[in-house]
Amino acid sequence: MNQKPLVLKILDIVSVLLLLAAAHLAIFVAPTEKVMGNVQRVFYFHVGTAWVALIGFVVTAGLSVIYLVTKNLKWDRIQVAAIEVSVVFFLITIILGSIWARPAWNTWWTWDPRLTTAAITELIYIAYFMLRQGIDDPNKRARFGAVYALIGGLSAPITFFAIRLFRTIHPVVVAGSNAEAEGSFSMTGDMLQALFFALFAFTIVFIDLLWNRIRLGNVQDQVEELKLKATW
Amino acid sequence: MKQSSEQLSVNSNYVRAIGAIVWKDLRAEFRSWELVSAMFVFSLLVILIFNFALELDVKTRQSVTAGVLWATFAFAGTLGLNRSMALEKDRGCLDGLLLAPVDRSAIYFGKFISNLAFMLIVEAIVLPVYSVLYNANLFQPGLIMVILLGSVGYTAVGTLLAAMSVQTRTRDILLPILLFPVAFAVLLSAVKASGGFLEGADYSEIAFPINLLIVYDIIFIAASFMLFDNIVEE
Repeated sequence: MNQKPLVLKILDIVSVLLLLAAAHLAIFVAPTEKVMGNVQRVFYFHVGTAWVALIGFVVTAGLSVIYLVTKNLKWDRIQVAAIEVSVVFFLITIILGSIWARPAWNTWWTWDPRLTTAAITELIYIAYFMLRQGIDDPNKRARFGAVYALIGGLSAPITFFAIRLFRTIHPVVVAGSNAEAEGSFSMTGDMLQALFFALFAFTIVFIDLLWNRIRLGNVQDQVEELKLKATW
Repeated sequence: MKQSSEQLSVNSNYVRAIGAIVWKDLRAEFRSWELVSAMFVFSLLVILIFNFALELDVKTRQSVTAGVLWATFAFAGTLGLNRSMALEKDRGCLDGLLLAPVDRSAIYFGKFISNLAFMLIVEAIVLPVYSVLYNANLFQPGLIMVILLGSVGYTAVGTLLAAMSVQTRTRDILLPILLFPVAFAVLLSAVKASGGFLEGADYSEIAFPINLLIVYDIIFIAASFMLFDNIVEE
């Protein structure tokens, strides 16, 4: 009934190509980091996925406000899509970070502020889906989801400051530096190029996935409506 | 002049509505002692488990007392929050409250204050018991202030989320899953500040977590005040 738009089809292909190009830049073009060696190449995708996931979470908080003001279910569908895609990207960020941390910090995981905040944020948005699962009425589900996403979005930065009470070893590579950081490095021009290309590629991939997920949400709603009609 | 007196009567109506809800909750509780006794017994059990799980000898106790106390308060708190909201939902009391011609946020503040009262009552019993069990003096003004600030933040967001979770299908298990990640900051800074006071640390070290607690309290009371309408709307 509603065909996939041509722009989206093109975007699908473009995002796959961009992802391949970003991988090529990160693996073959960017120079090998002196101290850490090849494992540092994880960095480009680590920052790329974190970037889009965090943008997704920030956008989500805005969508909460828009939904609560307009009460239009369209915004709820966009919010679910944004959170779902962001949760997956953020999980990838955490896993990639772990892979890097094993050789660089000699541990898969440490209770550093950034890592802990990341874990808590991920848990908040997983709880978001558990909350939605327990509610049948779509309007109520959307309202509760928006309220919880907003509360979660408010608490994440405070959590970050609270964990700062303990020291951090996470390197700050982009803008600013952390004297206590371990595994920090300064970037050369090629590295910067690979990084910015990864950021760009992941932004496009994110938009593509988001769009597809919103379409899926619309179809889901239509199916639900049809089922209701069939049972009547 | 007339307008200001009208304003005054609206305000006093609002305060009276809050007072009525708090009064109702406290009165029901003082007749049955269901909630507070359950929270208290549960707290004792949690402390008992911690005692053996962490082997709380004199040396370990010094460093973990604050953590044990807050973990206990957090667990007992979810128990109380869930029950207090479930009671409203079960007997259709919430619908009755919603029919009342008062601002919806008055219901939130009423429930918030009574939940806070229950939590503080339980804390006021747990503290001396802990002091006696472990021969430690927990009655320091600083610590009591931290407990007050921490409990305010925890119940402020807890009341809002409990009002949500009781309206879902998975209401018995959902509240802690929703509440703990959001309340992480308040628990963490409360543990840090309490530990600081117990170890007699310098105020400059404790100031940051206390400021964070105050910020958290203000943000989440304001947010809950604005969002509560959306949760009870039918």
